[in-house]
Amino acid sequence: MTTIITNKSVSGATADQTAKKAVYETKQLNLWYGSNHALKNIDLEIMENEVTAIIGPSGCGKSTYIKTLNRMVELVTSVKTSGEILYRGRNIFDQDYGVEELRTRVGMVFQKPNPFPKSIYDNVAYGPRIHGIKNKKILDEIVEKSLRGAAIWDEVKDRLNENAYSISGGQQQRICIARALAIEPDVILMDEPTSALDPISTLKVEELVQELKKDYSIIIVTHNMQQAARISDKTAFFLNGEVVEFDHTDTIFSNPSDKRTEDYISGRFG
Amino acid sequence: MRYIEQQTVVKRMNGRLIANAIFKYIFLAATLLALLALVILLFRIVSQGAGNLSIDFLTNFASRFPDQAGIKAALIGSLWLMMVVAPTSIILGVGSAIYLEEYAKQNRITSFIRMNISNLAGVPSVVFGLLGLTIFVRAMALGNSILAAGFTMSLLILPVIIVASQEAIRAVPGELRDASYGMGATKWQTIVNIILPAAIPGILTGSILALSRAIGETAPLIVIGVPVIIQFLPAGVMDTFTALPMQIYDWSSRPQPEFQAVAAAGIIVLMAVLLFMNSIAVIIRNKFDKRY
Ligand SMILES: Nc1ncnc2c1ncn2[C@@H]1O[C@H](COP(=O)(O)OP(=O)(O)O)[C@@H](O)[C@H]1O
Ligand SMILES: [Mg+2]
Repeated sequence: MTTIITNKSVSGATADQTAKKAVYETKQLNLWYGSNHALKNIDLEIMENEVTAIIGPSGCGKSTYIKTLNRMVELVTSVKTSGEILYRGRNIFDQDYGVEELRTRVGMVFQKPNPFPKSIYDNVAYGPRIHGIKNKKILDEIVEKSLRGAAIWDEVKDRLNENAYSISGGQQQRICIARALAIEPDVILMDEPTSALDPISTLKVEELVQELKKDYSIIIVTHNMQQAARISDKTAFFLNGEVVEFDHTDTIFSNPSDKRTEDYISGRFG
Repeated sequence: MRYIEQQTVVKRMNGRLIANAIFKYIFLAATLLALLALVILLFRIVSQGAGNLSIDFLTNFASRFPDQAGIKAALIGSLWLMMVVAPTSIILGVGSAIYLEEYAKQNRITSFIRMNISNLAGVPSVVFGLLGLTIFVRAMALGNSILAAGFTMSLLILPVIIVASQEAIRAVPGELRDASYGMGATKWQTIVNIILPAAIPGILTGSILALSRAIGETAPLIVIGVPVIIQFLPAGVMDTFTALPMQIYDWSSRPQPEFQAVAAAGIIVLMAVLLFMNSIAVIIRNKFDKRY
């Protein structure tokens, strides 16, 4: 039943976007934590230069799904998967697909701001350094470009050598976004990036996401439905490890085809 | 009906407050008792040994005459010992801790190993002495050299260093690891750039405390046959030597009362060395803690 709805909504969603290419094609993905079947037969197609929101109640598998996209979920030793995730046409579960390579193409921003206990500069330069860039001038340029990209350059340009913990939580989160931008990714995954932030910082991050989608494909988990409605082009509604509905955000919020989606967005559960 | 009656509460209040006060004094008494014991010990040693402390005491070799006896060989010997023990035990200890925390699969064998390392920390030092005698002195034919003694002491303090390092590594927040791996860093890059810098204060504090234990241990040295009376300084790690606790042990077991005072002076030197090492631990911890 889920599959039928998903197929219908995907074809509906792609009809007017023939020019855009898919970054991620998830095909019949299943994932288990030990015996806990956390993701069930997921089929999703994520388009480039769009913001795709993932919504759903706590524990429905949103974080698990997004962490599967860069294989971070494999840090949990009990995890087993089946099915395929094609990233730019190549299955990320292939034996010879290196996780390090995948993660340089796919940046991640986490729920809680998690800067390293280093200076702001060293935080942003971490990724480029890891990938072998030593030239100070190039690093300087990357740091400035990334901080500008994350709309925080003006706030921190005079204090690049201060510890990243000396700034506010909202600024820290934008440093973390800058840090993800510094590896020049293709996709940015965000797992509830504003849930630990105050309303003003949240607004800044939301504006930033709008700005970033010109250059990046963004997949954002949120349990805040207004946020999904405000910033995303497509929305996937997860429930108990399944995709109940995936469609244009407008459609999901104004005219959902599944009763459970309607119940969830009208606040009847979750 | 109410379960908490105001009157009973008031009636019991006095008893509760008294118990509260009594326990405060019990704990205070416990602290004072421990302090008192420490002060008496220090006073006895200082009053006995201070008279013998002098530059000569530090620069003379051991002697049959108490007024000429000095601690040079033992002091230098202990420093040599530390030069073997510190790198050996810290490299092996931190290496094992990194392996156990970051690389090893979390299965039954690993948890069995973990448990036994903690247990090893409680094994009496004589047992490690016997182990050192069998492996290093005899099997590897190192004799009663600095190297043999250093390896034995390293074995003795290795469990403590491993456990302290494991705890320091485990205390590094998982979010920092996630952030590093999420950017395509390898495990080794994450360990070197993120985990070790964050864990270093804990690792060094634990290691220096373990080294202080090694510098005060006598039993393993006696078992592997480290001599007491030595009239020369070692020229390398294959030479024999003596160490501070050995020298102190020897002096305090002599019949002449004058040697008791010499032993006390030796203890003061040993304690000064320990104090010095512990303050290094504090300085390192403060220096690294400032980065957060
Ligand atoms: N590290 C883990 N180990 C075992 N089970 C987990 C782990 N993380 C999540 N789960 C389980 O997977 C399911 C989905 O969790 P999650 O993806 O975190 O949900 P969400 O992000 O939507 O709140 C839950 O049942 C949760 O208990
Ligand atoms: Mg989550």
